[in-house]
Amino acid sequence: MKIAVVNYGMGNLASVRRAFEDIGAEVTVANHPAALYDANRIVLPGVGAFTEGMECLTGSGWASALHEVVIQQGKPLLGICLGMQMLATSGHEGGETNGLGFIPGKVRRLDAIGCKLRIPHVGWNDVSYRKADVLFDGIPDLSDFYFVHSFAFVPESQEHLIATTSYDCDVTAVVRSGNVFGCQCHPEKSSKAGRQLLRNFMNYVPC
Amino acid sequence: MLKIRVIPTLLWKDFGLVKGVGFDSWRRVGPVLPAIKVYNSRDVDELFLVDITASIEDNQPDHDSVSDFSEECSVPFTVGGGITNLQQIVSLLHAGADKVAINTAAYANPDLVEAAAKRFGAQCVVVSIDAKRHADGSYGCYSLAATVDTAKTPVEWAKEMAGRGAGEILLTSIDRDGTMLGYDLELVEQVTKAVDIPVIASGGAGNYAHMIDVVKNAGASAVAAASIFHFTEQTPAGAKNAMQEAGIPVRRNFVSSAAK
Repeated sequence: MKIAVVNYGMGNLASVRRAFEDIGAEVTVANHPAALYDANRIVLPGVGAFTEGMECLTGSGWASALHEVVIQQGKPLLGICLGMQMLATSGHEGGETNGLGFIPGKVRRLDAIGCKLRIPHVGWNDVSYRKADVLFDGIPDLSDFYFVHSFAFVPESQEHLIATTSYDCDVTAVVRSGNVFGCQCHPEKSSKAGRQLLRNFMNYVPC
Repeated sequence: MLKIRVIPTLLWKDFGLVKGVGFDSWRRVGPVLPAIKVYNSRDVDELFLVDITASIEDNQPDHDSVSDFSEECSVPFTVGGGITNLQQIVSLLHAGADKVAINTAAYANPDLVEAAAKRFGAQCVVVSIDAKRHADGSYGCYSLAATVDTAKTPVEWAKEMAGRGAGEILLTSIDRDGTMLGYDLELVEQVTKAVDIPVIASGGAGNYAHMIDVVKNAGASAVAAASIFHFTEQTPAGAKNAMQEAGIPVRRNFVSSAAK
């Protein structure tokens, strides 16, 4: 199983790479979009700002390559944190920026969706399933995952909402559309529960 | 519900870990790597590693060592000490740090915090504030490992740093550091009331009741501690049990037969 971690200049790559190595995956850090074609699974990590992230993805050919291998060829993709948010149609951060558009939805600041608590939302929070999903095999409902973010993915359709966490309001924790998965939480930093989620992604076979 | 974090702080000096009292009288407490392995195997909520001499000796952050340390850490890992520019942050993140802590450099160059937050996101930037109580009861911020009076108050400085995009404040009481007499509740409360970002209380934890106190009575989002874990039988897991009994939400251990 070859997993390509997209290096578009903004990820916490080392943590993601190590977490996958830990569970026995063969991981390559993809420094160029061409590397995506050799991989069986793709991980889009990310910390940072939506606008800068999308500039990096569109500027060097990542966006079109991701579209080809993920949407046309159907390779499983896991977006993490900013990598998950960029799967959306658009982000609102100092104006509106187009996302990859893999899962219909918008990215809004937490206070814009009703959260009145301290922002960023930092720490361990329990993840509540909205529907059964292969990504949660072997992980009990309400397990704690590590979050650190100021913006949240608001999916257009409930059909794509797999799990939420509660931070004054319901915050999207996991989204999915077919072979495209996204986690707001950081499975690579969520200890055993996170490792299990990554293992489930690695073992997922699209039908 | 968001959990209150218990964060062991590792102070790194030369080739090992140390712990002092009032930022002085350093005692060696052992090598770094085994400590990280132990905390990781006990599944702590997060780890803080601070190179306490980097700024004083004008050293670069030690990228290679951080890489070795982060290899053993499957929970969030924050690294601080000697950070003065964005390139160092890039290199620490590549080495496996998840967040960076900036202290001394922020006073001379507050734009660094703003630029780091813009480039890496606010969630990546922890501003560390070391504060001391003056004779008249007011507080002051100190830089360079508590040696230089910056003439800022913790409240104004925390507000400025939050305004410039800091994602969290690590607030350490220099007076309480290493004393195990309890957190400086007044200091912590002043800052948690002044900013809307999470504040991690540090300096003074000597027993679990101190941790419960600073969360319940001073609004801390997380508790950092060192001496209590180095020098007593008390543990992060014990702290969380005590906090849970006191009605504070803490992270539960992951239980699943499928996970290895």
